[in-house]
Amino acid sequence: MATRVVVDPVTRIEGHLRIEAEISGGRIVDAWSSGTMVRGLEKILHGRDPRDAWAFCERACGVCTTVHALASVRAVENALGIAVPPNAEMVRNIMFCAQYVQDHVIHFYHLHALDWVDVVSALRADPREAARIAQSISPWPKNSESYMRTVQSRVQKLVDSGQLGIFANAYWGHPAYKLPPEVNLIGVAHYLDALEWQKEVIKIHTIFGGKNPHPNYLVGGAACAVNTDEANALNAERLAMVGTLIDRAQEFVEQVYLPDLLAVASFYPEWFAIGGGLSNYLAYGDLPTNGYGDPPRFKFPRGIVLDRNLSEVHEVQGEDPEQIREFVAHSWYKYGVGDQAGLHPWKGETEFQYTGPRPPYEQLDVQGKYSWLKTPRWRDKAMEVGPLARLLVGYAAGNEEIREVVGEALGRLKAPPTALFSTLGRTAARGLETRLAARWMKEFYGTLLANIKNGDSRMANTERWQPATWPNEARGVGLTEAPRGALAHWIVIRGGKIENYQLVVPSTWNASPRDPQGQRSAYEASLVDTPVADPKQPLEILRTVHSFDPCIACAVHLYDPEGQHLSRVQVL
Amino acid sequence: MEDRRRSLWDTMRERGYSRRDFVRFCSYMAAACGIHSSGLPSIVRALEKKPRPPLVWFHFQECTCCSESFIRSSHPVVADIVLDTISLDYTQTLQAAAGFQAEEALHKTMEQYRGEYLMAVEGSVPTADGGIYCTVAGRTALDIVKEAASGAKAIVAWGSCATTGCVQAASPNPTGATPVHKIVTGKPIIRVPGCPPIAEVMAGVVVHVLTFDRIPQLDGLGRPKAFYSKRVHDSCYRRPFYDAGLFVESFDDEDAKKGHCLYKMGCRGPVTYNSCGIVRWNNGVSYPIQSGHPCIGCSEEGFWDKGPFYQHLAGFPGFGIETNADRIGLAAAAATAAGIAVHAVSTNIRKRRLISSEIEGAVREQDVKPGSQGKEER
Repeated sequence: MATRVVVDPVTRIEGHLRIEAEISGGRIVDAWSSGTMVRGLEKILHGRDPRDAWAFCERACGVCTTVHALASVRAVENALGIAVPPNAEMVRNIMFCAQYVQDHVIHFYHLHALDWVDVVSALRADPREAARIAQSISPWPKNSESYMRTVQSRVQKLVDSGQLGIFANAYWGHPAYKLPPEVNLIGVAHYLDALEWQKEVIKIHTIFGGKNPHPNYLVGGAACAVNTDEANALNAERLAMVGTLIDRAQEFVEQVYLPDLLAVASFYPEWFAIGGGLSNYLAYGDLPTNGYGDPPRFKFPRGIVLDRNLSEVHEVQGEDPEQIREFVAHSWYKYGVGDQAGLHPWKGETEFQYTGPRPPYEQLDVQGKYSWLKTPRWRDKAMEVGPLARLLVGYAAGNEEIREVVGEALGRLKAPPTALFSTLGRTAARGLETRLAARWMKEFYGTLLANIKNGDSRMANTERWQPATWPNEARGVGLTEAPRGALAHWIVIRGGKIENYQLVVPSTWNASPRDPQGQRSAYEASLVDTPVADPKQPLEILRTVHSFDPCIACAVHLYDPEGQHLSRVQVL
Repeated sequence: MEDRRRSLWDTMRERGYSRRDFVRFCSYMAAACGIHSSGLPSIVRALEKKPRPPLVWFHFQECTCCSESFIRSSHPVVADIVLDTISLDYTQTLQAAAGFQAEEALHKTMEQYRGEYLMAVEGSVPTADGGIYCTVAGRTALDIVKEAASGAKAIVAWGSCATTGCVQAASPNPTGATPVHKIVTGKPIIRVPGCPPIAEVMAGVVVHVLTFDRIPQLDGLGRPKAFYSKRVHDSCYRRPFYDAGLFVESFDDEDAKKGHCLYKMGCRGPVTYNSCGIVRWNNGVSYPIQSGHPCIGCSEEGFWDKGPFYQHLAGFPGFGIETNADRIGLAAAAATAAGIAVHAVSTNIRKRRLISSEIEGAVREQDVKPGSQGKEER
């Protein structure tokens, strides 16, 4: 007899995610993923000024802040035929990389680490031994014995207070925790370090975008003007601050994040064989070095890998109505043409149709509709998106830098390339691309300085700023890679206003419910066959779900078909 | 009563220390801190019953930018707040426990510290169609917020979502997104608007409550006066350029490169109450205007529907710096209710003459953007 396990809320994520799983014989035999919150951004965008859209879209997510703003300004620029100046491209690339580095580090330490690191066990650690281990894998100057001792006594104090706060009631002592106490102590120490560090690296956004979270973007370029002879603009002081922050970021990634990642992974080899899930991977690619219109020169290549075949990369086209389509067979929406149909985002329809149980409820009706997420498919195939997809597409495309970091890490872990198709493979891929992002950020910074040195101070192309210069109707697609995976915005502009706007975001690909053919999306597929030692403490579910870095607020939205406002269906 | 928050005295007693040991420890503490022996009783009292106040933090219709901002705080740093100052017993962003165990932790705190815990809300609450647009653990946000508020000592409404509804409440507000103060009554609510609020402002509000053991002084809209009593315009370092009539006319033009005033690019600084010009962002590194982008007014009610963002204020509210936030807030509320724009509030004749030419140049297409009407009234 199968046991039904519900995890709601899934914590240490962005947004509202509910997982239901059936466990039999100590393994998950089936799983359902549900997004339980909806806001309706696309409906709100209708009729607005396209130049404002980035600000609305950016609020889709405050964790991967900036990525929606980038996709949005690109969609508008694509529609209006605007090419941004090279400096603005570099500023966007640097902000992109800063976001990756900061967000991935936060994910590893603050959202994911506690699935592998037992905080309470750190109390039993020998601080001297912890320092010795830490020093053996990294030159990070803080890894001293006295430092480890200080951290340990801080945790002890917290435990003694009887108020564990954010650490209360977790699965401490669970048999699936395998790290020795000393490694747990290192993990806790760096959890605190990372918390302090992350607020520094993100100042790169503040310099270029004025604030973080939610820095400012601009259609046509960037708003931060360059003037090396002015206190009120990007000058040597501002740029030097960016340079210093980049150096610190790289130092932390190389000396703390990556050594910790490899150390933790080495204690959980079995997780390189669990949680693989789907075998198709999609990446739009990003980080242009020769403009957004030249994808072959992106740092992250664009393409699709099917059936884990790394010798071939398939092409992906956002505009092609046959490629990307969304389904609502198991989502709380309905289509005029019937709920079994799939619609390309240009033709998307939305009508809320909540058919779920009336709250408060214990269990969803997973045979019917069970999520606010729609289900996107590429040529009717379910795709995984995210760091792993990016690295696999890059690897398959023969990208040298990606092959190098992947090869090196696999060598150190003594793992075959197939180990990547797993929960821990996903987590490792995130760390490896962070390494690349930090490296590339420095490269883009160098290019920006060289441009300015050579006399190019342009930061925005304002030739088509005024709506009077626009065609009456225009359509655009903005593709990017959010930290969590492939992200695209589609826009239709008519008469200077937004006629239609759509977002298909990473967590929609990964966290969506089943399609009409009953095919699972990435979360559900990855959970099947995962061992669960204690159904009352489903730590293993968290491991696999967190390996995707869920971000659900982005994933849930609705479409506004060709400007029509369809009426909402009243439930009950 | 035995189930109250555990103090240092409780902990020491459990570990076999006597009352005498405890008092001796307190006197060492007092000596170490340079406190005269007459102050000893107050130290004993403080350590006897000064456990960390519990805080439960809810997420509803939001994007988590408020939590992200909170962890960016530099003074104090967030680890010090979370580990040493408060007991953050529920938060979907950082909490180790999930699902049943997370909910259990929440309910334990709500029962054990009824009337004592602080409640923070990030996100608006959808009220349309029985609240089905946001559920946690199978319950609606609407249900949860009412239950939790009933036992809370005070409520902090973080960010524009919880204070005004923010982006999801923008026209046509498809889910009936509603701010907390329209659902909960009879409890002190500190409203901390902004999308998100500045990290140090968020930490400042928490620290104020804990250090001074009282709610900060609030203005007529429930915002802490310490952070929301000045318009961005009045604390803007580019203000002299405004006064001198030096404006950016187009992004990246010569005036932009000189850092002139962004008023003509749509800056909402003149109608926005926030600390951006004073505290600045991310430990004082910059703020939107300093980085060349106009303020979009993200801490003001209904700012999404007062666009387009790059269209400059059709009429500049020339009220003087001496006008306080309460009066403007009331005037703005009245103006919105009457269906006219906030910029109708205008008293300063001196400023008017200066900008009259700018007003003429302003685009007045009201049809580009749905108005703010109908937003709150659903």
